Amino acid sequence: MSAPSPAPVEVDEPDLDEVTDIDTPWIVLVWNDPINLMSYVTFVLQKLFGYSRDKATKLMLDVHHKGRAVVANGSREKCELDVFRLHEHGLWATMQHDR
Amino acid sequence: MLRRPIRRTRKGDFEVRISAEERRLLASLVPQLRAALEADDDPGGATDPSLRRLFPAAYPDDEVRDREYRSMVHDDLRARRQAALDTVEASVDATRLDEETLLAWMGAVNDLRLVLGTRLDVSEETDLVADGDDPDAPALAVYGYLGYLLESMVAALSD
Repeated sequence: MSAPSPAPVEVDEPDLDEVTDIDTPWIVLVWNDPINLMSYVTFVLQKLFGYSRDKATKLMLDVHHKGRAVVANGSREKCELDVFRLHEHGLWATMQHDR
Repeated sequence: MLRRPIRRTRKGDFEVRISAEERRLLASLVPQLRAALEADDDPGGATDPSLRRLFPAAYPDDEVRDREYRSMVHDDLRARRQAALDTVEASVDATRLDEETLLAWMGAVNDLRLVLGTRLDVSEETDLVADGDDPDAPALAVYGYLGYLLESMVAALSD
């Protein structure tokens, strides 16, 4: 008598997107817009991320001249919170995988 | 040189030197934004296009995740904006503000600029001193004034 063959087990195929979520860090971008004042953007970056005035000014100038800048990175949850705080302060922020 | 309307005092709070007319202007703008926010109860955020800058997309290329994000944050974002408007309304005649209250003023003034600037479709080249016969001239003047006030708040908070 042979051992019963194991019943087929349903295995959830890993969701490729979820795998990417774990393996790839996320970045938070701030985009240039014609309304927010340069001084205000610098102030908000200092306030939310604790950046020095020099670092916040450099990021603001990147936003202004290059159209966008990466202002933060990390896990999806952390980046979502960062985007929320930037939205709370009226900045045009988005997030995406760091590719 | 223009006198700065908002200044940090030696005690660490902030002096607000704006005219009664400017205070009336702020007091008249607050309920307009509040009404627009109250009407905007759709987390999709499409109710009033001039509010789109207050509720931006987090995931512009991922509709599903963006809908999740919006449903998670929309009411909270709206409540925080309404709370800042309440603070401005309650302190609009004050000549001294503590830092927390000034931060609420700053948020409300920036929100007003975002909505007004979106309605006016301003660009970086927009001349805020429009011809008197331009129908947008009064709104552009208000937009310019709010920018001047915000600039002064940021400078005072950075001192």
